[in-house]
Order: sequence, then C-alpha cells, then structure tokens
Amino acid sequence: MHEVTFLCPKDLQDAVRLYRTTPGCRPLAGGTDLMVMLHARTLRPQPRAVLDIWSLAELKGVRRHSGMLEIGAAESYTGIIRSREAHRHVPALVAAARTIGAAQIQNRGTLGGNLANASPAGDTLPILLAYDAVVVTDRRSIPIDQFFTGYRKTALQPDELITAVRFPQGRDVVFRKVGTRAAQAISKVMMAVSRKPARIAIGSVAEVPLRARGAEAALERGDVDGAIAAVADDIRPIDDVRSTADYRRTVTQNVLRELLSVG
Amino acid sequence: MRFTLNGRTVSLDVVGTRRLLDALREDLHLTGTKEGCGEGECGACSVLIDGEVVDSCLIAVGQVEGREVTTVEGLADGGRLTALQQAFIEHGAAQCGICTPGMLLAAHVLVQQSRQLTADDVREGLAGNLCRCTGYTKIIDAVLSCTK
Ligand SMILES: Cc1cc2nc3c(=O)[nH]c(=O)nc-3n(C[C@H](O)[C@H](O)[C@H](O)COP(=O)(O)OP(=O)(O)OC[C@H]3O[C@@H](n4cnc5c(N)ncnc54)[C@H](O)[C@@H]3O)c2cc1C
Ligand code: FES
Ligand code: FES
Repeated sequence: MHEVTFLCPKDLQDAVRLYRTTPGCRPLAGGTDLMVMLHARTLRPQPRAVLDIWSLAELKGVRRHSGMLEIGAAESYTGIIRSREAHRHVPALVAAARTIGAAQIQNRGTLGGNLANASPAGDTLPILLAYDAVVVTDRRSIPIDQFFTGYRKTALQPDELITAVRFPQGRDVVFRKVGTRAAQAISKVMMAVSRKPARIAIGSVAEVPLRARGAEAALERGDVDGAIAAVADDIRPIDDVRSTADYRRTVTQNVLRELLSVG
Repeated sequence: MRFTLNGRTVSLDVVGTRRLLDALREDLHLTGTKEGCGEGECGACSVLIDGEVVDSCLIAVGQVEGREVTTVEGLADGGRLTALQQAFIEHGAAQCGICTPGMLLAAHVLVQQSRQLTADDVREGLAGNLCRCTGYTKIIDAVLSCTK
C-alpha cells in the first residue's frame, strides 16, 4: 500500500492547478468528513493525493460581494458564527451552524465540505436552498437548486473546487432541525422555509436535499393548508426505511405547519 | 515539516496525511492525548491548534505546518498545574482518566474565553467530550469553580 501524498498549495491559483493536474487528488478542508475515511481507507476510489485547502486565504472570510453576502468555502462554522455580517444577513445559517457537532467540529467544518459531501442529511444544505444561495467554483457559479444531482452526487466536475457560497440579502429564512445525529435513522428532518419568495427546503427526506415544489406553489398562492398537504407528496423518504416512511411524512407536515405558523 | 508544540519548535519527517493524533503519540511520544473513537465523536483526542479546540484524529499533521499545537502536556507550567487542573483534582472530576486530557483542553478554552459561565455554557462547551465515568457533574463543577 502506497501512502497518500499531501499537497500544500501556496495560494488558490496553485491549488486549482494542482487539482487539475494531479490524478486521484481529493481536496481536504476541515477533514471532519474526509479524515476518518482516509484513515480507514474506505474511500472509493482511494485517493492518491490530498490537497490541503484549509489554510488558503482566498477561501476564508465572510464579506459583501456585488450586493450579496459571500462566505469562503473553507471558512469554519465557528468563523460564520462569529461574523457580524453573517448575523445580519444570514441569521438562519448562523443558527444552523450552531447545531452542527460540538466546538471541535464547528472549529473545522466548512460549507465547502458540507456541499461537496452532499449528504441528504447535511444541515446547511436546506438553508442554502431556502436562501437561493449560489455555489461559486474556480470556473463558474452554480445555482444551489442545480447543485445536487443524485445520492451524494453534485454538479461539480471531478477537478472543480468550490471557492465560496453567495447569498442574496434581505431574505427571511426560518428552520427547524428534528432529531439528533445519533437518532438520525428514525426521525431526522431538517427544514428551512422562506415565505417571500416561497421556498421550502428539506433534508433527510429524499436521496438529495430537496425543494418541495408543490408545497412552494401553494405557499406562493398563500394557501398554507395546501402547502402542508402537498409537502407529503413532494418528499421521497428513502425506501430502505419503509416502516418509517409514513412517519417521516407526518413529521415533515408537522414541522412545516409549525414553521408556517411562526412566520 | 515544522510546527510549535507546547511552546517549542518541532520538526517531523512524516507523510502529511498522517493523523496529528498518531504523530503526537507515536512520533513525538506525547501520550497524554488519547484515542477513543477515532471518528470525531468522543473528544478524547482533543488538542488546541492556535488556541482553538479540535479533534486530532480528524487533522492531517501536514495541516499544522507553522501553527501552534497545545496538548495536555503543555498546560502545566513546569511542575505547576493550572487552576483548572487543580480544580479537576479537588472536585474528583477524573476517574479512569481517558477523557481527562481532552476535557481539560476544551475546558481551558472555555475558561480563557469568558470568565462568566453558567452550567449550561459549560455543558455546551464540553458537548464534544464524552465521559463514561463521572456523569459530568463533577467536571462541570470543577470548570465552574475556575470562572468565579
Ligand atoms: C462528530 C461529528 C458531528 C457532525 N455533525 C454534523 C451535523 O450536525 N450536521 C452536518 O451537516 N454535518 C455534521 N458532520 C459532518 C461534517 O462536519 C460536515 O459535513 C462538514 O461541513 C464537512 O466540512 P469539512 O471542511 O470538514 O469537510 P472535509 O472532510 O474536509 O471534506 C468533505 C468532502 O468535501 C470535499 N471538499 C471539501 N472542501 C471542498 C471544496 N472547497 N471544493 C470541493 N470539494 C471539497 C472533500 O474532498 C471531501 O470529499 C459531523 C461530523 C462529525 C465528525
Ligand atoms: S478519538 Fe478523536 S474524537 Fe474520538
Ligand atoms: S473519567 Fe473515565 S471517561 Fe471520563
């Protein structure tokens, strides 16, 4: 077994070049998802090199950019929680970041990692969907509703690096996270809602974090009951937990009812 | 590669993808840092990087190049324990001791960051550090005794 090479780019440009030219290369940000798999050698295909993007200054920080709030792909959850700009413009993201793991995870976990990992249970992902966030990469901008293409699959090219996430300003998003990580298999639902424009985004109820389009259409018409009815058909609870699919539909409807009654 | 470990510069010739945990325990022979789950869940391997608490089982050693790492061995000043370490002893906050190094480092950050802490703040701040022995009460009391 050969060892996995560690690549330490000096800046973003260098990182982009290394990622494009090194076969079997995998970016490493906070490592909170990747390191365990790297150590246990359970990644398929097993990477030949990892590219450390954690320290790249270009991928850090929270700032305004052409009328949007921009968060660097390798900024930590702690950095987001501490940012006054983030509190002002994306308070729901800040609140969600506080629910991710404990201090050790918040100090390392990043939006870029949560996005690229593309778990249906990724907690920031419904929030990003409700904000209509834009995923910025080394070569283009991807609207978040086009980012998740299948179970743990994304629109990213194999050598494409996420550099930032941009959020439109002035949107009110509320969310609710039900269930803990340990209890995830049974009850976890993560939902984020914006009233105007109508966005209802849900995690852990399908193979991808999804927008409940039928429910959104009802909400756009001001039909709250219609939205609650429609959301049960919008979601696709995963088949291998058959016995809980109905339960999840009910939980999802209850969470939506609750979120729409507070807003 | 080089980094600062408990105030002293160390250089290591290992592959950068090695876990910081293994580099500390096996290459640098500092065995105060413990391995529990190896998956980021238990906090036994907690260390500080530039003053922030992290799980060393989730860090590639190459990522600490040029940074400052503090392990439990770096808390005491020579033979003099910190107030927090002293409080752990006085409150009986350690039993088997596996969680204690990580607990001390996570608690160290809490005490440094703010002087006024409630029991809930401490519970939240230590949520990434599991203890199977003490039931947490004595640990929380020990930390609170250092904040008043
Ligand atoms: C104890 C524990 C608790 C957790 N709790 C939660 C939780 O409550 N909610 C939740 O959603 N998640 C949770 N996680 C998962 C994890 O912390 C998050 O998914 C985190 O956001 C991952 O970010 P990272 O920087 O650590 O990713 P890494 O592990 O560094 O990378 C993850 C993946 O993304 C790729 N990648 C990283 N950055 C980029 C980039 N800029 N461009 C392209 N690809 C990239 C990597 O190659 C890898 O495939 C938890 C993990 C642990 C260990
Ligand atoms: S050994 Fe690192 S968190 Fe458990
Ligand atoms: S004292 Fe034994 S695990 Fe905490």
